[in-house]
Amino acid sequence: MNTVHRMDNEVLGMNGEGNQYLTFMLAGEEYGVDILRVQEIKGWDQVTPIPNTPAYIKGVINLRGTIVPIFDLRERFRLEAIAYGPTTVVIVLKIKGEKGERTMGIVVDAVSEVYNINEDALKAAPDFGQAISTDFVKGLATIDEKMIIVLDIDHLLNSSIVAEAGRLVRD
Amino acid sequence: MSIDVSQFLDTFYEESFEGLDIMESELLELDVGAADQDSINTIFRAAHSIKGGSGTFGLNAVASFTHVLETLLDEMRDGKRNVTQPAVDLMLTSVDVLREMLNALKTGQDIDAEHAAEVQQQLERLLKGGEEPDNDVSGVDHTSLSDHPEVMVGSGWHIRFKPLSHLFKTGNDPVRLFEELSDLGTIQVKVNDSGLPSFADIDPEDCFLSWEIEYIGDADEAQIRDVFAWVDDDCELELTIIGGEQKATTVETVAVAPVAAPASKTTAPAAPAPVAKAAAVAAAQPKEAPPIAPPKTEEKSAVARKAAPPSTESGSIRVGIDKVDALINMVGELVITQSMLNQLGEDFTMDKVQRLQEGLAELEHHTRELQENVMRIRMLPISFAFNRFPRLVHDLSQKMGKNVELKLSGENTELDKTVMEKIGDPLVHLVRNALDHGIEKPEVRASLGKPAVATLHLNAYHQGGNIVIEISDDGAGLNTEKIKNKAIEKGLINAGDELSAEKVNELIFYPGFSTADQISDVSGRGVGMDVVKKNIKDLSGAIEVLSIPGKGSRFTIRLPLTLAILDGQLVRLGDQTYIVPLVSIIESLQIRKENVKSIASDSELYRLRDEYVPILRLHKVFNTKCDNKELINGLLVVVEGDGQLAGIFVDDLLGQQQVVIKSLESNFKRVDGLSGATILGDGTVALILDIPGLVKLSKERIKKRAAASAAA
Repeated sequence: MNTVHRMDNEVLGMNGEGNQYLTFMLAGEEYGVDILRVQEIKGWDQVTPIPNTPAYIKGVINLRGTIVPIFDLRERFRLEAIAYGPTTVVIVLKIKGEKGERTMGIVVDAVSEVYNINEDALKAAPDFGQAISTDFVKGLATIDEKMIIVLDIDHLLNSSIVAEAGRLVRD
Repeated sequence: MSIDVSQFLDTFYEESFEGLDIMESELLELDVGAADQDSINTIFRAAHSIKGGSGTFGLNAVASFTHVLETLLDEMRDGKRNVTQPAVDLMLTSVDVLREMLNALKTGQDIDAEHAAEVQQQLERLLKGGEEPDNDVSGVDHTSLSDHPEVMVGSGWHIRFKPLSHLFKTGNDPVRLFEELSDLGTIQVKVNDSGLPSFADIDPEDCFLSWEIEYIGDADEAQIRDVFAWVDDDCELELTIIGGEQKATTVETVAVAPVAAPASKTTAPAAPAPVAKAAAVAAAQPKEAPPIAPPKTEEKSAVARKAAPPSTESGSIRVGIDKVDALINMVGELVITQSMLNQLGEDFTMDKVQRLQEGLAELEHHTRELQENVMRIRMLPISFAFNRFPRLVHDLSQKMGKNVELKLSGENTELDKTVMEKIGDPLVHLVRNALDHGIEKPEVRASLGKPAVATLHLNAYHQGGNIVIEISDDGAGLNTEKIKNKAIEKGLINAGDELSAEKVNELIFYPGFSTADQISDVSGRGVGMDVVKKNIKDLSGAIEVLSIPGKGSRFTIRLPLTLAILDGQLVRLGDQTYIVPLVSIIESLQIRKENVKSIASDSELYRLRDEYVPILRLHKVFNTKCDNKELINGLLVVVEGDGQLAGIFVDDLLGQQQVVIKSLESNFKRVDGLSGATILGDGTVALILDIPGLVKLSKERIKKRAAASAAA
């Protein structure tokens, strides 16, 4: 019963049950974020770097009058950095934190799909070892034999802000 | 239909605080003995709305307290009681108590119930007839109702008022009716709660009560029916005339409405038994009925408040309707211009360039006007900050045994709300100082031939893009000799230094100059003059002092009108543009080789006339790229931050412009050395430098390096 239901969701792509997730590509893997948190998707544009911040914080942009920080997710996950290409996009997300909602952007290789994923179809992530702490993963979902890593973006980005990597002396 | 009343809580607090401010200022102006009826009415109304509101939100402690105060005021209003100084003082204390209670409730803390109860008892005692609020706590006697003036004669009416159950839904409140009725004469109200169903069946929005009112007075039937005119269709009303010889004891109106349940223990003994019972029922009722459950709501919002610590930055402002109208007009204009430009763009040919330029000019004009008007929304008259001073001066001068008249002028000068909030404490400190140190005791003044009543003058006005606040007194002025000696003692100046009077006076702003007892000021302000100066500097303002010994002193504070806009100098470093606040720039110069000196390897100094200024290489502090690493012929922006000069080494100086400050924190976090960001004309983001932060950052960097090299 459960499987049938889930297949329905997959086929229809949208149903009252389950949450919709926007997925994006990062170094060949597909990651998902809750679509209700996505404010907009925009192309990569010049940013103003913020001094003394970790390299994965690319800088800030002007999003219709508000200053929005942009994070490079590849660098955040310590994946190999690549040159930004035509499919490189910035996903602007609404992040919930202690001080209320903030707007932040993540740079990813490309956006992929929108899927419906049932809460109970999310499997707990095994310990990955190094790159991505399991803290940041809400769960794993399987769709069409593909694995989708559903991220806990609140935790990921809030902790990314706090991370003090700014070494004052570098030379 | 359930209403979440908690959403109105904030508004209630705001209005209550406003009401308290009004009460306070009116109380201070009240002439003892010959009180102005209007003032008493104003105070009464303020108290009344606080009582009503707090009842609605289930803040029973506040409601019951206010009720006693209100009763007292009501008697004054009716001329049954004289306005005496002790009464006024007690009411001022009550205002403080209420303010504390509301503050505690707002921030989710516990109310200081003991203090409140104490003041409430004093109020009650005063109400009982004792004109003096003494400290004897034992004599609380609820039975002595005979003190109430009795109405000797009179015909009156017996009124049976039975509202239909939907009375509250029509927005009517029996309390108001009774109050209106009590304006016509004296009334005694009895509530009939026989219609009250069991708890389970109670709908808190329905009215189950009916009332019997004995009205004594000379109003005729039409007048009484007039009072009930609004509820005519929603009630059964019966009027019977009462015989002439009946005597009636006056009892203050104790009205009970299920939703607004302000009746309390303190009022209950004064009320006939059925009312007391109904009050208890009514007060208990909301706890059982889920739709409107004030205690629960309160709890919930307290939890919410704990999760998000109270921030002074948010909150609301009241904006005059004229300002909003002006904005709407302006947006209308903007829309018209935009559609005009749109039309022009549809089939644009070169011969229409002229019109295009005109359109763009108009657009610019409208945009600027819109910007100015939006800024004005944040502006509040400075009276908001000045209002607390009559009370402060009144209290302090009494305590110090000084005779002071406070003069306020320019209260309508407008100022940004944020600036206003931050200038309050420094102003209080300056006023306290003036009262404490400046103004002499009456006998000293008399011996000097000065008028016995000293004058303290607070004045505000606009000058250029600034607001100027002056605090002047006709007291003794600053004691130059004493300051000088203290400065020598503290090692700020040398004994042999020749200083002008102004220079000496400025010494009081030095950190560490304030004496220890000033710093430990218990009242929570805890600021010395250096902190006053720092606060003002944080607002990009300045303070100066003018003092004539024996004649008085004047402190002048200059503040920018708003914190949202800043005059900035654009500088370039590598491919990035940064903004240096113009106020902190002393000068900009081209570096001359012979003036560069270096201490050790990392500290470079620049000789600027007779001073040595540390050079701060921005690219090193920020770890960014730059074009020019050689100091020679480079540009140095000499700035002052945190009382220290520094030269910021940059690649290029660009233009100067006004920039709108955008917060980095709202979506990101505070970054050391930056005070915010702004958006340049081309839509890119430029970062605004925080000069004191930058100086600190640079010092830390040098220290770390020194430590690192020492370790190596």
